[in-house]
Amino acid sequence: MSEIVHPLHRFIRPSVTSTTNCPGCGNGIVTQSILRAIDELGMDLDAFVFVSGIGCAAWIPSPLFNADVLHSIHGRPIAYALGIKMGLPEKKVMVVSGDGDLAAIGGNHLIHNARRNVEMTVICINNMIYGMTGGQAGPTTPAGVKTTTTPYGSFENSFDISRLVIGAGASFVARWTTVHARQLTRSIKKAIKKKGFAFIEVLSQCPVQFGRKSGLSGSVQMMEDYRKRSMGIEKAAGLTAEELKEKIIVGELVDMEKPEMAEEIERMKARAVERSR
Amino acid sequence: MKAERVLAGRYFMMGNEACAEGALAAGCEFSAGYPITPATEIANRLAERLPQLGGVFLQMEDEISSIAAVIGASWTGKKVMTVTSGPGISLMLENIGFAVGVETPCVIVNVQRGAPTTGMPTVGVQGDMVQAKHGSHGDYEIIALCPSSPQDMFEHTVIAFNYAEKYRTPVFILSDAFIGHMREEVTIPEAEKIERVYRKIPPQGADPQAIKGFLDEDVAPMPVFGRGFKAHVTSSCHDETGRRNLIDVSSLDMFVRRLSNKILKHKEEITLVERDYEGADVVLVSYGSVARAAAAGARLARDAGIPAGTLRLITVWPFPDHEIERMAGTASHVVVLENNLGQMYPYIKAAAAPFAEVSFLPPRLIGQIQDPADILRKIKEVFR
Repeated sequence: MSEIVHPLHRFIRPSVTSTTNCPGCGNGIVTQSILRAIDELGMDLDAFVFVSGIGCAAWIPSPLFNADVLHSIHGRPIAYALGIKMGLPEKKVMVVSGDGDLAAIGGNHLIHNARRNVEMTVICINNMIYGMTGGQAGPTTPAGVKTTTTPYGSFENSFDISRLVIGAGASFVARWTTVHARQLTRSIKKAIKKKGFAFIEVLSQCPVQFGRKSGLSGSVQMMEDYRKRSMGIEKAAGLTAEELKEKIIVGELVDMEKPEMAEEIERMKARAVERSR
Repeated sequence: MKAERVLAGRYFMMGNEACAEGALAAGCEFSAGYPITPATEIANRLAERLPQLGGVFLQMEDEISSIAAVIGASWTGKKVMTVTSGPGISLMLENIGFAVGVETPCVIVNVQRGAPTTGMPTVGVQGDMVQAKHGSHGDYEIIALCPSSPQDMFEHTVIAFNYAEKYRTPVFILSDAFIGHMREEVTIPEAEKIERVYRKIPPQGADPQAIKGFLDEDVAPMPVFGRGFKAHVTSSCHDETGRRNLIDVSSLDMFVRRLSNKILKHKEEITLVERDYEGADVVLVSYGSVARAAAAGARLARDAGIPAGTLRLITVWPFPDHEIERMAGTASHVVVLENNLGQMYPYIKAAAAPFAEVSFLPPRLIGQIQDPADILRKIKEVFR
């Protein structure tokens, strides 16, 4: 009898024998969506360079993906990815990291590279909390939620990361939750193909750090909550802010064509050479 | 301007411009930076010249992203550099530690200015000497060179690139506002007379699982991205294959020790000094802009019949204690001169004190290089 092997297993680094994710973590769903998208596009991992920062989500490409992977420091993966894209413009550069990494400590690089519209795919796994360090409040933690650093309830406004990235000028922005694995996979495929800064926010359950404190506890309950609260962008279009309260607007929020920086750089170089003649 | 990588010829050139030309002559292909006085002219020149040569200069959102983009580009096999001053280095330090930890060739130019904090941007000091070595967290070794002239700004930048490539490590140029903004004659040699070193890379088609691309004290070949090496590059404690290990303390010991030994083992070949102390009883030890005043002071002393000499450190890190010991063994008095309150002095004193009397001559005013007349007075004082 032949051994049964997961069809995506060929993408996993041979030295990896286990995952560091907690039971019920949404990382596994996102991992599958990324690899499925690459598989369905008929691409090889050698066409990519993956970059991550610090936090649970950053451990998806590092060490799981059998590819060139730069596991950088907290908050900076997009800045590293920019340098990699400059050196290897023909490669697909994908950043996989969390909301704390990309929108808190790394917020500046997120908005500026969205503004540059430099071609890369950024997958932001938003669990609304700092999971790895034990459940501290972050800029995405909803008001009122009790965390280890907001024991009396969070008293700050929270970021809508996708809207932030849209405002900064990205040419592709989508938001899904871990309930939407198929839609997420389709959007990742589009993002990989996009000539521009493509950002995907995935709301993902952290049953251990967020679930316990928000009162939703288990992974299944959290995903059920995502399912109930999610509303497609078309349906949400005509509704008031009051009607959209507590809703998670999902879908491809922006998909447009605009000048991409790496291509603009090639034009600039041509001008520089022309001028020097 | 001609679109040639090496602008061979004789020029009356600013130190910062000579630094940019040195980078290009060494083969720099990518640079990213954030504007800061007194380093800006280097970035300006690279922004003009790099695109003509097929390279890129990126104006970044801050110094943190500048060094990050430079390190990222280095992992694609490019020769890279970033330029800044003290406040920018302070922002870059965490990423510089990353570059050390994952063994990334890159050149970091610090045109030092009056500090701490915003300080006095157009005045040169030597205030970031120890920061370059110890600024990022943890034990590590770094290479740092101290130019004393615009000509040095050219030559040392070439050497910095070669060291970065050879030892797979960040290399600092520790200049200051005086040298950066000084204009002097600069001779740029013909391209074929400039030595260029390129990092070792594993052979094409090498088995990704078999590549030991890290932690070799004799410098591992760098499994750069885009060539099918499937490199796993992590800032976490890792082994020779790049595989993370967060449990075994012996793995951490190897991670720390081998990275440091990679530099220390090659200290003698990295060390560059200028010795002019034969027969000298009093030896002035200095580096960078202050070395110019030290040379003048020693000349005054010799004219006055005092056997004085100089030892100029070009390589300050790894600290060349062997050169200090060698010098101190032949002298009675060692006088250390720096344009700060004594940053390298404790290191120099520790190495020289077993052999000679050691003292420090600070500038009268921080930011004003020692007057040769004051240096002569100090020499007479110790020589009595």
